[in-house]
Amino acid sequence: MWTESLPFAKRFAHMIKQDKLSNSFRNQPDDRGHFGQFGGRYVAETLMPLILDLEKHYRAAQADPAFAEEFDDLLEHYVGRPSPLYFAERLTDHVRKEAPEGKGAQIWFKRDELNHTGAHKINNCIGQILLAKRMGKTRIIAETGAGQHGVATATVCARFGLPCVIYMGAKDIERQQPNVFRMKLLGAEIVPVTSGAGTLKDAMNDGMRDWVANVEDTFYIIGTAAGPHPYPEMVRDFQSVIGKEAREQMLSRIGRLPDMLVAAIGGGSNAIGLFHPFLDDPDVEMLGIEAAGHGLDKQHAASLAGGKPGILHGNKTYLLQDEDGQIDEAHSISAGLDYPGIGPEHSWLKESGRVRYDSVTDTEALEAFQLLCSTEGIIPALEPSHAIAAVAREAVKMNKDQIILANLCGRGDKDIFTVAEALGTEI
Amino acid sequence: MTRLSKAFPSDRAALVAFVTGGDPSAADTGAILDALVEGGADIIELGMPFTDPMADGPAIQAANIRSLNAGTKTADLLNIATAFRQRHPTVPLVLMGYANPMTIRGADWFADACVDAGVDGVICVDIPVEEDDSLGDSLRAKDVAVIRLATPTTDAARLPDILKNASGFLYYVSVAGITGLQQAAQASIQEAVTRLKAGTDLPVAVGFGVRTPEQAADIAHVADGVVVGSAIVEIIAEHGAGAPPHVKAYVKSLSDAIRSAR
Ligand SMILES: Cc1ncc(COP(=O)(O)O)c(C=O)c1O
Repeated sequence: MWTESLPFAKRFAHMIKQDKLSNSFRNQPDDRGHFGQFGGRYVAETLMPLILDLEKHYRAAQADPAFAEEFDDLLEHYVGRPSPLYFAERLTDHVRKEAPEGKGAQIWFKRDELNHTGAHKINNCIGQILLAKRMGKTRIIAETGAGQHGVATATVCARFGLPCVIYMGAKDIERQQPNVFRMKLLGAEIVPVTSGAGTLKDAMNDGMRDWVANVEDTFYIIGTAAGPHPYPEMVRDFQSVIGKEAREQMLSRIGRLPDMLVAAIGGGSNAIGLFHPFLDDPDVEMLGIEAAGHGLDKQHAASLAGGKPGILHGNKTYLLQDEDGQIDEAHSISAGLDYPGIGPEHSWLKESGRVRYDSVTDTEALEAFQLLCSTEGIIPALEPSHAIAAVAREAVKMNKDQIILANLCGRGDKDIFTVAEALGTEI
Repeated sequence: MTRLSKAFPSDRAALVAFVTGGDPSAADTGAILDALVEGGADIIELGMPFTDPMADGPAIQAANIRSLNAGTKTADLLNIATAFRQRHPTVPLVLMGYANPMTIRGADWFADACVDAGVDGVICVDIPVEEDDSLGDSLRAKDVAVIRLATPTTDAARLPDILKNASGFLYYVSVAGITGLQQAAQASIQEAVTRLKAGTDLPVAVGFGVRTPEQAADIAHVADGVVVGSAIVEIIAEHGAGAPPHVKAYVKSLSDAIRSAR
C-alpha cells in the first residue's frame, strides 16, 4: 500500500524489479496499440484502413533520419526549443514559510509556456503536420478545448499552407474568445459544436465525423495522447521532447534527477511528454493532476479518480460514465482539462502503480494561478495552475534538499477573462 | 435455419429497418417496431442509444438524445426487445450501437442479455475486427450473430479478416461518412456488392443514405438487403408518439418498391 514514510524507490522496488523482466515501463504499447487492457483501435470500419495506413507512415517516419531532422529544426527555430528549466526561488521560499522545519522542496518549472503559441500543444502539431505532408494529405482538421491545440494546429497549417478546420464546443468558444480570434487570424475555419454540453468531448465527436466523411484527403491532428492507436503513442513521442530536455537540463544544471515530477492532465499529453523519458528512473516519483472541478463529489473532470474503464473516441480508458456506459459531462474551470476521459497510457500507468494521480479543484487552481503571478511574475494557464496547486501541496511534505519539477505547459493570457469573472472583477 | 438466415428470401431483397430504441420514449418504441413489421420490414435493427454516437449524422444523433433525455436505460432496451420477441416470434431483431454501452457490464453479460431478450444479432459500430475479442467471442459462444460492416475503404487485403467469423449478414456501408447524409452512386454499389459476394455466402445488405422507394428498388436489384434508418427516424422526430401510422405507410412504400424490383 501507499506508505508516505517509505522512500519512493523502496516502495516501488518490488514492482520495478519485476518489470525489469518484461523490460521497462517505456515499451508500451504492444503492436495492437494496447497499453495493458487499455488503448486499442475502437473505430468504425471506414476509419480502420486509414489508421493502419497512418501507423505504417509513422513507422516509416520514425525510421527516417530526415523526419527527425526536420522536426528538431522546426522545434528549435520555429517553436523556440529547448524551453528553459527554471528554479522558482520565490515560490519555493513562499512554500517553505508554510512548511514544517526542514521541509519545503525546491520548486522547478519546465517552461513550455514560452513556446511559440504559448503551450506545449505545438510540439505535437509540428510532428503531425510533417506526417500529414509525408502522407500527401491536403486538408487538416482538429478538435480543441481551451483553443490552445486549435491555435497550434492553425499555426502549423498557416506555416505549411494547408487549409484548416477546427471543431470547438460552443461553450468553449464563449470562454476562450482570444484563442478563437487567434485561430481566425491564422486562417482557420472554426466550426461551433452544439451537441452535448458543447465542450471538448463533443468537438472530438464532430472531428471524427468529419474525418470519416473525408478519409481520402484529410489528416486529423488529435491534440492529446488519446484516440485510436497510433495516436496515443505518436502524440507521446512528439511531446516527449519535454521530458528529454528536462532530464538533460537537470543533469547538466545540478547533476541529478528531480525527486518528483508533476503535470496537469486533460487528455494527458503534456504529462506523458514529461513523464515518459523518466519512467525507468526508479527514484523519480511522478504525480498526474486531474481537474476536480467543483469537487470530486460534484461535477468534475477527474476520470481516474471518479471514472471506470470504458470505450470512447477510439480507445479503452478510464471514463466518467454511468452504469449503462453513457458518458457523463465533465466540468473544469479550465477548458483544456474539461474532458471525461484520459489517454490510455495514463490508465495503464495508474493500474501499474508507476504514476500516482491526484486532483485539484477549480478554487485551488485559481489560488495557485494568483500565487504564481505574485511570486514569480509568471501568468500561468489554468491547466498548469492545477499542477502548481499540487506542487505547493506536495513540496511542504518533502525535504528541503529534494526537487519537485512541474510542467508549466501553458501561459495564461487566454484565461484572463475566465479568471476575472471567477474573481468577480470586470475588465 | 436461424431467424436471420430465413429473413432473406431467394426471390427478392429483404428490407432492414432501423430505429433508435427509446425514441421518443421507451413506452412508444413497441408500437413503432410493430409498424415496421406491419409495413413489411423483414429485419428490425434496434439502435441502443449512446451519448456519443460518433458515426451518426444529425437525424440519428438527435434520436439518441431524445431517447436518453426520455430516461431510456439499457434495461428498457432489453425489455423492448423481449416484448418484441413475444409479439413477433419469427421476425429477426438485431441490436445496433456503440461499444461502451454493450461492453460496460462485460461482454459475457451482454451476450447473455441478448439471448434472454431473443436478440438474433449485434452490430457494433466501433469494434472493428482488430478488437473483436472485446465482444465477438462472447456473442459467438452464445450463437448471437456478429454482423460485420464493410465500407468503401475496406480493401481486398482486409476483406477476408472481416468475413472470417462474420455471421447473419454482411452490412455494406455504401458511403464513407456518417449516417443519413448522402447516397452512393448505383454503379459503385453494384461493383462493391459483386466484390463482397465473391468472398462470402452471407447475404449482403446495403445501407447509408437510402430514402426513397426508387433508391431502395435500385439497391434491391443488386443486393440481398436494403437498410433504411435516418429516413424512418426523421418521421419519428416529426410525429413523436403519433409516428406509428406514418412509419408504417413509409415502410410499406419501401417494401412495395423492393417487392416489385426483381
Ligand atoms: C496549456 C494546456 N495545458 C494542458 C492541456 C491539457 O491537455 P493535455 O492533458 O493533453 O496536456 C491543455 C489543453 O488544451 C492546454 O491548453
